[in-house]
Amino acid sequence: MKIFKLIFKNAFRHKLRSLLTIIGIAVALIAFGLLRTVVTAWSVGVDAASANRLITRQAVSFIFPLPLSYRDKISSLPGVSKVSYQNWFGGVYKDKNQFFARMAADPETIFDVYPELMITPAELDAFKKERNATIIGSDIAKQYNLKVGDQMSLDGDIFPGRWDFVIRGIYQPKFKNTDATQMLFSWDYLNERMKTEMPGRANEVGWYIVQISDPSKAAQISEQIDGLFKNSSAETKTETERAFTQGFISASGAIITAMNVMSWAIVGIILLVLGNTMIMAARERTREYAVFKTLGFSAFHLIGLIFGESMFISCLGGGVGLLLTFPIVSGFEKVIPKGFMPIFELEPITIVFAVSSALLIGIVAAVFPIQRALSTKIVDGFRFVG
Amino acid sequence: MKVPFKYVFRNFKSRKLTTGITITGIALVVFVFAAVLMMAYGVQKTLTATGSPDNIKITRKSSNGEISSIIDGETRNVIRTLPFIASSSDGKPVISEEPVVVINLEIKSGGMSNVTVRGVSLQFDKLHPQIKIKEGRTFNPSLRELVVGDAVTSKFAGAKIGNKIKFAGDYWNIVGVFESNGSGFDSELWGDSDQLLNAFHRGSSVSTITFKMNNINNFDQLTRAFETDRRLLQFEPEIEQKYYEEQSQFLAGFIRILGTFITVIFSFGAIIGAMITMYAAVANRTIEIGTMRALGFGRTSILTAFLIESFIISLIGCAIGLFIASFLQFFRISTLNFSSFADLSFSFALSPSIVVSCIIFALVMGFCGGFLPSVRASRLNIVNALRG
Repeated sequence: MKIFKLIFKNAFRHKLRSLLTIIGIAVALIAFGLLRTVVTAWSVGVDAASANRLITRQAVSFIFPLPLSYRDKISSLPGVSKVSYQNWFGGVYKDKNQFFARMAADPETIFDVYPELMITPAELDAFKKERNATIIGSDIAKQYNLKVGDQMSLDGDIFPGRWDFVIRGIYQPKFKNTDATQMLFSWDYLNERMKTEMPGRANEVGWYIVQISDPSKAAQISEQIDGLFKNSSAETKTETERAFTQGFISASGAIITAMNVMSWAIVGIILLVLGNTMIMAARERTREYAVFKTLGFSAFHLIGLIFGESMFISCLGGGVGLLLTFPIVSGFEKVIPKGFMPIFELEPITIVFAVSSALLIGIVAAVFPIQRALSTKIVDGFRFVG
Repeated sequence: MKVPFKYVFRNFKSRKLTTGITITGIALVVFVFAAVLMMAYGVQKTLTATGSPDNIKITRKSSNGEISSIIDGETRNVIRTLPFIASSSDGKPVISEEPVVVINLEIKSGGMSNVTVRGVSLQFDKLHPQIKIKEGRTFNPSLRELVVGDAVTSKFAGAKIGNKIKFAGDYWNIVGVFESNGSGFDSELWGDSDQLLNAFHRGSSVSTITFKMNNINNFDQLTRAFETDRRLLQFEPEIEQKYYEEQSQFLAGFIRILGTFITVIFSFGAIIGAMITMYAAVANRTIEIGTMRALGFGRTSILTAFLIESFIISLIGCAIGLFIASFLQFFRISTLNFSSFADLSFSFALSPSIVVSCIIFALVMGFCGGFLPSVRASRLNIVNALRG
């Protein structure tokens, strides 16, 4: 066990250098964790998607509406347990920078197909009864300091004009990855106004949410739904909610790829920093290694020494980095606008990546110095004047 | 007395490996920094090139992008009668009343994305003289025909001349490919305005209106006309170039902020690497430093010499990083622009200010990395240093 003592002492022989290396590794690991969290936050919707929900939208483009008349046809298919619908409202709340999802939804069914948005029966009742009621997510309520009974006013763009609502409920997210930044109001309210103001746009739905009883029949039912409306003027495309969300993410593919590449480039930098340190450390101790070899220590011991020191430093740096990543990611979460990235959390897989990167770097950074130490002849080692 | 530059220069030869590693670290950081800035600038440049400073774009107030703006038929009539619209040589007003939508297309490499489809009037070549039909021909205004931007043809499947795209209940023929000097229009599909209006069942409501001003100096008058006419209160005019520039702001800003934040963190790694190298350099030359001090070189000269060494390392790293980054200009990438909810193709663009930012960044890294070691070098006690 004396070798551990030697490793420990070696690592701190040059306190400043070791400290800088540890800080360098820690900082780089924090950056790695942060970047990967941004990438995973982007795709969080995919995991939150439910296996027994299908999304039916206009085949050509998401922004074209579907007729309300499709609802009954879809409900009558075997395997469909419930059909709900929503329209993207958009509009402006306070100013153009306040982005969160604002949608008109069927009050009778929306909370049945999305059970992870939890509200009390009283709130649901008010939502169904009152035309201009709105239910908002707990994160939005927190961000804008809103409570039940408050007024919310939207300036419509797709649906022009001023729209006033009263908050009748605040939903709580059931799971960690449930979006708590939505604003939902009654589709009937939207439709009634369209009937009077823009009759050509009445009875139009943005997309249907189809709840099925058996997730394994998803593909089959999707095809059946699309078959119902083939060759009509509004053809549909039905897919699982997961595929639907994935579609949005693939549209931003280039940026996500770039960030992924950068996060691994960070790992490369850590390697350079640690490698640099280890090379310098090994060079300084060329003479000592020559002494070891003379005394009879084998290559095994030398490898162990250098390797051990490298791993020790990288684990220390990794540990510090990991500890600091948690508070920094939460700090970042508070600064990011909620509507844009509703769930910003450090995923377990990122932690696994970070830890294994630190270990891997510890190993790789030691390779070159080890190779040098082993190949230097004892005599040359003694001659070396650093 | 200043330490001779030759001394600083010669020292590089002695610690090749560790100096090389430090330079690589800095080059990597500068590369990432430059790439990010070039990406953001590429987005801005593409979109700014899209708009012309002589054209005016009319949109509905509080609409976030062209697809959420609606201009109804009555308002269209009012706008058409405004006295600010330029006329072409054959007497026709140079105006295009455009329905704008997004459709889903499949990306060649997998996945789907949104593409803007824009209905334009035949005056589009006078409004946007940078548009040239590269292959095929322009669309026939009485048929369901489209021309596609060259970025769409390269990224999306089924978007070549002769292909048919199905939307709005009908098949549309692609008859030509156009290019617009790398502007945002390269990522769009264009067809005849009336054909598309008819196909989308939008009655007479278009999304936006673009026209050429007969005299751009009258812009203030135009704005006032919109503010005072009750029929036009819900709408606002904007200089087309400025409108598209604003459309680029969110995406460009997002890339820039995220990228700069990450690069700054990267740079810590590089600075620490530089610091380690410089400390080692000082430690190894303790006797030399003692000798120089004994010869009469002052503390400040020693500090400056080491600082310059650090600057040279970072400048070399910067040059390498920038050199490699400049090759990115040959690449085009495309991604979803949040403001327009459609795919935007752009290339990395290098500008003198990006080069300057990188140089400053590298110098800052060099300074932070080299300052403390240089201070240590300058404060070495002469006698102790000579002892080694």
